[in-house]
Amino acid sequence: MIGRMTKVAATATAAGMILAALAGCAANEETPGDGKGSGSPAAKLSGTIDGAGASSQSAAQEAWRGGFAKLQSDVVINYDPTGSGTGREQFTEGGVAFVGTDAPFSLDDVAAGFGSCADGSGLVEVPVYISPIVVAFNLDGITELNLAPKTIADIFLGKIAKWNDPAITADNPGVNLPDTNVAAVHRADKSGTTENFTDWLAANAKDAWPHEPAEEWPVSGGEAAEKTQGVVATVTSTPGAVGYVDAGQASGLGWAAIKVGGAWVSASPEGAAKAVGESSLQEGRADTDVVYDLNRTTEAAGAYPLILVSYLGACEKYKDAEQGKLVAGYFQYVTSEDGQAAAAANAGSAPLTSEEGLSAKVSSAVASIG
Amino acid sequence: MAVLAVLAGVLIFLAVEGGPAVFYKQGALPAHATSFWQLAGPLAFGSLWVAVIALAFAAPPAIGVALAATVYAPNQRFGRLLAAVLDLLAAVPSVVFGLWGLMILAPLMGPVDAWLGRYLPWLPFFAGPPSPTGRTVLTAGLVVAVMILPIMAAMCRETFALTPTTLMEAGLALGATRWEMVRWAVLPGARSGMVAGAMLGFGRALGETMAVAMVLSPTPFLVSVNVISSDNPATIAAFIASTFPESRGKQVGALIGLGLVLFGVSLLISVIGRRIGRKAVPA
Amino acid sequence: MSVTALPMGGGHTGPGSDFAADAAVPPMLKTSGPSLWRRAKNRLAAVAVVAAVAVTAIPLVSMIWTAVARGSQRLDLALFTNSMYGVVGQGGGLLHALTGTVLITAATATISVPLGLAAAIYLTEYGRGQLAALTRRAVDVMVSIPSIVAGLAAYALFSMILGPGTRSGLAGAVALSIIMVPVVVRSSEEVLAMVPGDLREAGLALGAPRYRVIRRIVLPTALPGLTSGAVLGVARIIGETAPLLLVAGFTDAMNYNLADGRMATLPVFIYSQWSSKGLDAAAYDQRAWAGALVLMALVVVLQVLARALPPQIAKLRRNR
Repeated sequence: MIGRMTKVAATATAAGMILAALAGCAANEETPGDGKGSGSPAAKLSGTIDGAGASSQSAAQEAWRGGFAKLQSDVVINYDPTGSGTGREQFTEGGVAFVGTDAPFSLDDVAAGFGSCADGSGLVEVPVYISPIVVAFNLDGITELNLAPKTIADIFLGKIAKWNDPAITADNPGVNLPDTNVAAVHRADKSGTTENFTDWLAANAKDAWPHEPAEEWPVSGGEAAEKTQGVVATVTSTPGAVGYVDAGQASGLGWAAIKVGGAWVSASPEGAAKAVGESSLQEGRADTDVVYDLNRTTEAAGAYPLILVSYLGACEKYKDAEQGKLVAGYFQYVTSEDGQAAAAANAGSAPLTSEEGLSAKVSSAVASIG
Repeated sequence: MAVLAVLAGVLIFLAVEGGPAVFYKQGALPAHATSFWQLAGPLAFGSLWVAVIALAFAAPPAIGVALAATVYAPNQRFGRLLAAVLDLLAAVPSVVFGLWGLMILAPLMGPVDAWLGRYLPWLPFFAGPPSPTGRTVLTAGLVVAVMILPIMAAMCRETFALTPTTLMEAGLALGATRWEMVRWAVLPGARSGMVAGAMLGFGRALGETMAVAMVLSPTPFLVSVNVISSDNPATIAAFIASTFPESRGKQVGALIGLGLVLFGVSLLISVIGRRIGRKAVPA
Repeated sequence: MSVTALPMGGGHTGPGSDFAADAAVPPMLKTSGPSLWRRAKNRLAAVAVVAAVAVTAIPLVSMIWTAVARGSQRLDLALFTNSMYGVVGQGGGLLHALTGTVLITAATATISVPLGLAAAIYLTEYGRGQLAALTRRAVDVMVSIPSIVAGLAAYALFSMILGPGTRSGLAGAVALSIIMVPVVVRSSEEVLAMVPGDLREAGLALGAPRYRVIRRIVLPTALPGLTSGAVLGVARIIGETAPLLLVAGFTDAMNYNLADGRMATLPVFIYSQWSSKGLDAAAYDQRAWAGALVLMALVVVLQVLARALPPQIAKLRRNR
């Protein structure tokens, strides 16, 4: 009795298929006939691998996948920026071949093993995306301010109401600060940026900041916004607003220089890489599991320890060896000088290659894949 | 029967994955909640509150537009044009409403909030302190109001159009002004349709996700009727959307449990709505 | 609607009658010409109606203006011939998202239309007793399922079968079907109920079995209305974002396979272009708004079709 309508619906589906087929492959996805990359030194690879995870990496992933497509035109790499939490879960279940995550796997997770990995295979985890987090503000005509960690803590706790508060003016002689209300904007969603920001506050403003580091903003109340772009849009449209965002997204706003040791340091890729270099590896992890205990209180000259480090995770040995080859190729590109430069150009991140010790550890870990 | 199976399926999947969350303790729950209901209660309030505001803003213009398209329309062409415009408004996807609310409406609402906080602070709704960004429950309610307006107007339009022409003409012939004719001949008979439209709109408003998530500045666990401050109650749907990506394991279960609560709330509302609708028409 | 409920019923015959002074009589019946006050109220109501139209138009105009102003730079050919795969910064297109939207929507319609229509036929043609009442109640309940809950249900279903974290276009279609089925049931039921009973009885009187009457007489008669109901149902779900974000995932490459792997759709494309930008933020914003324009245009086309199709189908059938 439903034959006719089923037929109509089936026709609609078929029409959709035909439409799609007519449209053909997207113009930018056509693979060149000989498939030879531009002087790629690596062996020719082909296949598809899926990754998922941190949305903080998405602009960098875009750059890496774009760059890798030029080297290995027959490889398709997907990256779904679902978020670190779901990304880790999917990798654990074997749904994706690699994962991007703002928070490394716990040792318990590592011991429990991963879905795509061969039995007994270890985890390869390397920092690939190092980005300064900027305390960005919207004050007419002011592009830079000195803000001490305690001042930043008080701003985000709602204890500083006006921009011409003595705590701010004391650190900024010569700057004419307005009587504008301070509107501190935090992330409404769970995020790695919030965790890194609160971690930095907890380490640097112990007395003023009573909360533990957390992915969810720990203070009740205040202005909240969805995603980095929500914070950026809110700060941009509101005079007197201030928020913490990935440096790559804060270009139109004023930036706070933070106090490191005795000096004021502005966010820069070099300073971020330097802060990673000043940090030590987390203990109890395998050589291939390059995870840092970030040294938030470093006093090294020029280091900017308010940073986000995002990792890529993969198996040492895959159940499917072909997959292993693809992941190895991709990770080698991502951690190479070219890959890091591409990410810096599109996402404003810090090339990890600028720190020699770091770079060496990462390449030896990546070399163990496959 | 197939429909029954689908519905049963929906309930079973939700209950199996989300049901146990009711008993979760701190640690397994998002936002450091100590019990499931500590989280769900205020969120349910937030959802209802946004929906109430949206309904309050959407109902008068929806009825007005529906009247314009039927009784007040100079000719049929105009009525049809208006219906098409409403359909166009209904066609705007919710993310676009979110972008518009965040980038265009919220900055405009900042001064409005400040004005309300200054001159009407004795009303609990405008207790303030006013939000400087305009990303308040008031703004979110307005955005959702625009989103549910077309469906409500369409329902009202349909029922207004059902008013017998003879009845309307009789009213006018008796010397009634056009408004009196509407008041005595059109509105009473359309009451159940208007209530149904309002309930449908309310249901949509309850479940609206992306637009609210993008526009509202939420504070979990907060229950407050203050509509102009930076601290606003969060809604279930928006909370799920913004917490889901970074959740795993039991926390996902807790979010599905929240979905179940939202389902329950909107079911309750639709049952109440049907009661009102039935009472409105004396049989 | 009951006429007796109206105050103007009940034997008052108009101006000049003996009851003209009765306080229960509506004001319009008291005097022969509207008083100043009544005319003022009438004028006020007219102004309010015009204001309502204006208030409704403002956000629409503002939204379209914003979308055109911010998205029109990218309404070029490349937008429709490229995906986002391998695109860094400027350029790229939304072919992958458009394809995904078309496929997922078609799959949703393929699931929902037969299901919804079957339920509607059952309710109008066979439905008696408790089961029918239960089904009708179930449809009412389904109408009130919020879209994000539909997404969660599909997520729960696919996690149970295929393990957590599965994403596919099919899962998206299942989620959207939960929203679309009750819409189809409601609209089909209305249309089927409008088929004259005489037609059915004539068929039955000729000795045709019930299912044949439905197939040969009821459905063909109702076809134009059924089609437009289905198209409007599609328009209802095509702009859904949240459930697709949960279960269909996101990719920037083409994917024609509903059953396997992530599939981009226009609403998710718009959201992701806005939410994760590179250094050249303007390029992402333009793509997002251009995507919004394309999606809105698509729905307008669907709605025009829903209005234009029924007469066309009716004409075709007559000519056959």
